[in-house]
Amino acid sequence: MLHIVNKSHTQTSSLRSCLRLAKAGSALLLIEDAVYAATQAGVASSGIADAMKQLKVYALQPDVEARGMAGKLVDGVTAVDYAGFVDLVAEHSNNQSWL
Amino acid sequence: MAVKKFMFVNRKAPFGTIYALESLEVVLIAATFDQDVSLVFLDDGVYEIVKGQNPKGLGIKNHSPTYRALDGYDVEKLYVERESMEARGLTEADLLVPVEVLSSAEMADLMAEQDVVLSF
Repeated sequence: MLHIVNKSHTQTSSLRSCLRLAKAGSALLLIEDAVYAATQAGVASSGIADAMKQLKVYALQPDVEARGMAGKLVDGVTAVDYAGFVDLVAEHSNNQSWL
Repeated sequence: MAVKKFMFVNRKAPFGTIYALESLEVVLIAATFDQDVSLVFLDDGVYEIVKGQNPKGLGIKNHSPTYRALDGYDVEKLYVERESMEARGLTEADLLVPVEVLSSAEMADLMAEQDVVLSF
């Protein structure tokens, strides 16, 4: 299963809820303001540091770059472009967008 | 037509946004097409099915009784996450429809087995 989060972890509880309900082995794609959660400054407080032990974490590169966060993604998070976003959706049997 | 498993994930309180009402509308559409429909109430979505809602003073239709009518459309799978319910000081007795209360792990399993997950 692919989980998609688009809100900052400091703004809403979407990411927290997603991490509570994502099964080990699932994929998590961070887009829009959610990409802050995968930066060096945000990875501990967002819960992504722990989640990476069980989930495959991706971040949408255009959103990372737009926010001046290029080069600040933590190791282990995979940056994807829009085509990669489409691939992730196609590869997984289902997905949930945590609006 | 092949039957698919549709899960509607409701995570918003009822009157602050239009999500709760829109979800109900789509649930009824899916039910009309004889699909396998589940409704899930997570986070503030639990507030959608609290008893005693009365938005008369807001000039808005009270759509909460519709949850009790879902039964008539063969939509009988309503689930609430225990953690979300308890975090809001609610119990099953506060809810206007019978639901199955699930742990986070049980909810995660249920979500993972769906063909389609729709988020509201």
